[in-house]
Amino acid sequence: MEMGQQVLQQLVNGISLGSIYALIALGYTMIYGIIKLINFAHGDIYMVGAYIGFFAITQAGLSIVPALLVSLVTTALLGMLVEKLAYKPLRHAPRLSVLITAIGVSFFLEYASMYFVSPTPRTFPAVMDSVAINIGGLVINGQQMLILGITFVLMVILTYIVKFTNTGKAMRAASFDTETAQLMGINSDRIISITFGIGSALAAVAGVLVGIYYNSIDPLMGIMPGLKAFVAAVLGGIGILPGAVVGGIILGVVEAFVSGFISSTFRDAAAFAILIIVLLVRPTGIFGKNTKEKV
Amino acid sequence: MYFSKKTAKLMSLLAGTMLMGGVLAGCGGDNAASSDEIKIGANFEMTGNVANYGQATLDGLNLAVDEINAAGGINGKKLVIVSADNKSEAAEAVNAATKLISDDGVKVLVGPAVTANVIAESQVATDNKVPVIAPDATSPDVTVENGQVKPFIFRSCFIDPQQGTVMAKFASENLKAKTAVIYVDNSSDYSKSLGKVFKEEFEKAGGKVLMEEAFLAKDQDFKATLTSIKTANADVVFVPAYYEEVGKIVKQARELGITSPILGTDGWDDSKVADIAGVDALNNTYFSTHYSDKDESVKGFLEAFEKKYGHAPNVFAALGYDAGKLLADAIKRAGSDDSEKIRQAIEETKDLQVGTGIITMDPKTHNPIKQAVILQNKDGGRVMVAKIMPE
Amino acid sequence: MKYLRKNDAVLLGFAIVLFALLQGLISGKVLSSFWQLNVLIIGINIIMAVSLNLINGYTGQFSLGHAGFMAVGAYVGVVLTTNFHAPFVVALLAGGLAAAFLGFLIGIPTLRLNGDYLAIATLGLGEIIRIVIMNIEYVGGAAGFKGIPHHTNFAWVFWLTVIALFFIKNFVNSTHGRACLAIRENEIAAESMGINTTKYKVLAFSIGAGFAGIAGGLFAHCFYLISPNSFTFMASFNYLIMVVMGGMGSITGSIAGAFVVTFLSAALASWPEFRMIIYALALIFLMFYRPQGLFGYMEITSMRPLNRIFGRPKEKQEGGRTDG
Repeated sequence: MEMGQQVLQQLVNGISLGSIYALIALGYTMIYGIIKLINFAHGDIYMVGAYIGFFAITQAGLSIVPALLVSLVTTALLGMLVEKLAYKPLRHAPRLSVLITAIGVSFFLEYASMYFVSPTPRTFPAVMDSVAINIGGLVINGQQMLILGITFVLMVILTYIVKFTNTGKAMRAASFDTETAQLMGINSDRIISITFGIGSALAAVAGVLVGIYYNSIDPLMGIMPGLKAFVAAVLGGIGILPGAVVGGIILGVVEAFVSGFISSTFRDAAAFAILIIVLLVRPTGIFGKNTKEKV
Repeated sequence: MYFSKKTAKLMSLLAGTMLMGGVLAGCGGDNAASSDEIKIGANFEMTGNVANYGQATLDGLNLAVDEINAAGGINGKKLVIVSADNKSEAAEAVNAATKLISDDGVKVLVGPAVTANVIAESQVATDNKVPVIAPDATSPDVTVENGQVKPFIFRSCFIDPQQGTVMAKFASENLKAKTAVIYVDNSSDYSKSLGKVFKEEFEKAGGKVLMEEAFLAKDQDFKATLTSIKTANADVVFVPAYYEEVGKIVKQARELGITSPILGTDGWDDSKVADIAGVDALNNTYFSTHYSDKDESVKGFLEAFEKKYGHAPNVFAALGYDAGKLLADAIKRAGSDDSEKIRQAIEETKDLQVGTGIITMDPKTHNPIKQAVILQNKDGGRVMVAKIMPE
Repeated sequence: MKYLRKNDAVLLGFAIVLFALLQGLISGKVLSSFWQLNVLIIGINIIMAVSLNLINGYTGQFSLGHAGFMAVGAYVGVVLTTNFHAPFVVALLAGGLAAAFLGFLIGIPTLRLNGDYLAIATLGLGEIIRIVIMNIEYVGGAAGFKGIPHHTNFAWVFWLTVIALFFIKNFVNSTHGRACLAIRENEIAAESMGINTTKYKVLAFSIGAGFAGIAGGLFAHCFYLISPNSFTFMASFNYLIMVVMGGMGSITGSIAGAFVVTFLSAALASWPEFRMIIYALALIFLMFYRPQGLFGYMEITSMRPLNRIFGRPKEKQEGGRTDG
């Protein structure tokens, strides 16, 4: 393979890896946007989504689309439940306490799953043929394109919801100022709950797609992608939907190039280094608006 | 500001917990085990990122102990497993071993699964003169340090140099490979040391290693590195790693169009590899391991395991089972639960039939002398292509 | 000033009594070697929690990379003792200084960030430190550094913990400490009052990192082998949990947090399947009932039965800040 082609192939690899980060980051960024909480349990919600999809296919014998729907709905409910039980009582508590609660929820989901489904990885059944398209030596996987496509479609749908629907307006109002929104007749609790539902459903989609694409799921699979997705969200400007997608893809491409041309052992270090450099130049991320704090 | 009522309640709760701790700690010194049982400490990775290896090994160990107890125990005594979790961390492995020795009063330790954790544990075991059997740790320096054997540390599996040599020979002699790429798991001692041995032996046989690449355990996406491995266009790719990553690597390598044979080691020995990679992708791959499931002598173990756990054992489970059998035999010959006597008995193990073959302990290295086999993955099944008896 | 001295003397006396008591329990073999080891780990975790509290609780800078500095101290220390046969005290000091210096270097650019952005940047830095160590073959890479001499004993841990506690307590009560508190309460207001916020943020960050380095040195010499695995961001989370559980901005709280977390982990060692589940639930429920942590902003010396001895005026309490 010549150099130019290798660069192209790495670009393809990077974009497909990045689109998974982007998909998880979308949910991350929505939840952050509305209650300013780094929801460390988001990666574990993604894991639960993957497992629900797995059991829907293997135990209930569903095909991929109904299984995806089952996983999506159940995980959305789980997300709302987590919010109601764990975060809502702490709405007026110090932010760090809520963060610690999120870490607690994350541990709980990881180890409760480990207890019930054992730490051994499960292999996702092959529900979709993996078609590799070869364009003059450049290999593109059909599933990669599917994931990328779904990410973009979801991003567009979400942007539409947030920008143009009443729920979306209420979300933006609640994220701007929860109390005032409440006074204006917006049921902030309900809006926050809906946001958690949507965010968790996105994580479930990512979980099932990753299960299909990589063929294997385990109870700790959410830790690293969760962290990376958060990095992607911050990179793009946290709370901004297109930012999450762009951040995810940048992260994926950086990782692919570092793995391909340097060494994959430095991949994560490079991802974090890029994050820090971007933050030093633009402290609120690539798309973030610089807001001056009022005295 | 004074304490509110709630605070006071919480504080008293806290005080209560501490008190309980004191009591627990106090009890710790009391090691009087009831006389009709022998305590075995199982120090394994039960949580953390290699929990699946630790738990599988423990499953195998449990099966062996169940069988022994069902057959009446040893000299009238039942074996009891006391387990402790080392969270897949070296420091915690020391902590868990200390607990098993000092608080639970175990006479012998089995585990951990991963080399680094066994090495960390070995000091505390040696200080307390408690023998250790490492079921899965294949790195030579687990049992030998600066050319001297550690008197209390044993293993029940073969070592990396043996396996690496076998695979390098196989690549150059059987597959007639002239060039190779080595792709190792940089977070695992096991993988790295196998990579090193393979390189030395392969080059000794006249081959050339074109590229050495690395990944990290728990990685999902290997395509970036595999893309550059593909450019090397080597005769074989050697991936000494564990099944979870191996399955994904083989799948993604084939997808990118790497068609050369992929070689591996006993970490591959799990049916999950075929599930993850897919039957077609797994064709033209070879790995070394401890036994072939076609062997008559392992049938009994395979059936018993399947019956107890509902799935086939992987290599970790098999090695955990071996460790249990080895230990039971040693305790029987020792005739007591005295640590020193057990230690000596383990050292004198000879021609013992365990789950995966016949073990003779080498007293100079504390490594068992044990067969290795090379299996080829072919259309969803495994074919034995070579059986190597130790020299 | 006079008041402070009396206070310190009483605390020092208390420390000596506690030391004698615990040392007696250890020498008399009342504590099993498992609990002896855990007493050491509790001490090390107290240093970690208090030093992180200086950054997070007192200066209000959200750091999530504390385990990285611990790793620096640990690795510098073990290289010195194992490969160069340096005395333990030299290794500890060098580890602490190296970590403090790194904290200083890293702190200057990154402490311009605030809130969650700083959190993710420090988390990233901690991971970068760990990954770099993992790629240095000289210190054993991912497999870990083997053959470390066992130097850490109860006396080392206890007195270094006491020194860390006194240093940080007095720092917080000094002019510098007041400047840090002002930054926590309102950075812009502090700046307009003429406080050099960058200087104090970097100062607090470097001191915190330095003590983490010393704790790392102690930690490493407890065990025969250390590996980069012990210093992941999960470990940083653990220290953060100790701080928040005990109460941000309370030294007593950090002590209690370190104690409770370590104790829970050790006491639940026999139930590995449930250990993490119980731990997670305990964490969630504690945050429900005491979101400000066990002690909030209080110190034990100012609580009812003890404030007579210490004679601390009630108005000395810090105001209750509610946002993170």
